Amino acid sequence: MITVRHLTKYFDGKPAISDISTQYSPGECSLVIGASGSGKTVLLKSIIGLLDPDEGEVLFGDIVFNKLPLKEKKATRSQIGMLFQGSALFDFATAQENVMFPLNFFSDMSKSEKLDRANFCLKRVGLENVNDKYPSELSGGMQKRVGIARAIALNPKYLFCDEPNSGLDPQTSVMIDRLIQEITQEYGITTIINTHDMNSVMEIGDKVLFIYKGRKLWEGANKDILLSDCKELEEFIFASRMAKELKLRYGNGNPVRD
Amino acid sequence: MIRHFLYETGRYLMFLRLVFRRPEKWRLSIRQFFIEAEKLVINSIPLIALISVFIGAVLVIQTANNMTSPFLPKMYIGYMARESLVLEFCSTMVCLILAGKIGSNISSEIGTMRITEQIDAMEMMGINSANFLVLPKITSTTLLNPLLTLMSIAMGLLGGWLIIYLTGMIKVSDYITGIRFAFNGYYITYSLIKTAVFSFIISSVSAFYGYYAKGGSLGVGKSSTTAIVVASALILISNLILTRIML
Repeated sequence: MITVRHLTKYFDGKPAISDISTQYSPGECSLVIGASGSGKTVLLKSIIGLLDPDEGEVLFGDIVFNKLPLKEKKATRSQIGMLFQGSALFDFATAQENVMFPLNFFSDMSKSEKLDRANFCLKRVGLENVNDKYPSELSGGMQKRVGIARAIALNPKYLFCDEPNSGLDPQTSVMIDRLIQEITQEYGITTIINTHDMNSVMEIGDKVLFIYKGRKLWEGANKDILLSDCKELEEFIFASRMAKELKLRYGNGNPVRD
Repeated sequence: MIRHFLYETGRYLMFLRLVFRRPEKWRLSIRQFFIEAEKLVINSIPLIALISVFIGAVLVIQTANNMTSPFLPKMYIGYMARESLVLEFCSTMVCLILAGKIGSNISSEIGTMRITEQIDAMEMMGINSANFLVLPKITSTTLLNPLLTLMSIAMGLLGGWLIIYLTGMIKVSDYITGIRFAFNGYYITYSLIKTAVFSFIISSVSAFYGYYAKGGSLGVGKSSTTAIVVASALILISNLILTRIML
């Protein structure tokens, strides 16, 4: 369980996120949605400690994470897996070495055990025969999958994904979404995903938090999102032409017959 | 400007504090040391050898051209070429060249890792990225570049010998006598110490600018340029200070 209380982060005196409180439960995919520049990544980085929040608290279980000294933060961080927007795979390492990287630092496994674990993780994300390939030799979708394999290598309790679908075609996006959802449920991980892909929201968003200009404006289950009376959320959801046409066609959930 | 200088100096020192922490896994850091040694030092051998041979040859031609007096023994051509190579060229000039070659390599590599969030990924895992990425680069260049200086001296002297052998401008035996004349071993020590200091400057300054790069590929390019300029300026300043102290 992750609890966020009144989280605020300023840049040059201006709040990037302001007074955000929420809770994330194990086994659930929680999505943070909002337009580009709304503060999603700042929220994510403040939760995992890549940015120091100016106000508020982040609790991993009972531990107030953002107030821990660096050394103790490291212990909690080894329980966190993270999939970055651009995958952030290490250029100097092959796919297999990338997955083994956290194992080399934080496990007492023998080399063969580490290789087995890396192969298992790569297989789990549907990748075979890419072990010796470097990130530059992999497609965007494959890179994301290696990123997920690396993130789950240490059996994390928490998984953070920053825009996992960005730059991917719709089919690969759906596949990545489903993979994250399966892994979350299979291992009982607390998963938080930043996205502005409405498809992901409807597919896997057990819980959705909408951020607008750094503030939390709406929170709820994905099935309730179309019932929201939040004007900004409605504008965000129906921003695309296709969504507008669907809304016109189906109105408030009632299909309009030709 | 002074404020900016003090700010950057403070940030550099804080960065070094991060770098010189105890490695989390010695085995991985030692492995990384050898990888960096190959990339930064061994791969520089052909360039340094080539430059040294040509500079050695040019030094001999220029010295010979300026020593027209029949009262000056010809062996002084070899002596002066050796002194120039040992005292200045093979440490300072070679390090200025290395500032361009390995400085840009380090800065752009770490800068790219920064803007593609690879450094964030390491920090996220709880790894001290500065220590893991930068310490092996600093130690390998600082400890091993002095060997490049020794090789550069040898190649420079060889270049001088080659030009004399090929043109016959003076007798080869005069040149050999000259390069063995009044040899002071301390000058070699002085040259090696200078190279170690300059190498530390090159690797740490380049890594510093790469580590704090921001603003996409343009930012990486800018950080590389700044790293080379600052490292070169610091090499020249520390050259003056070391020479004043040691000679």
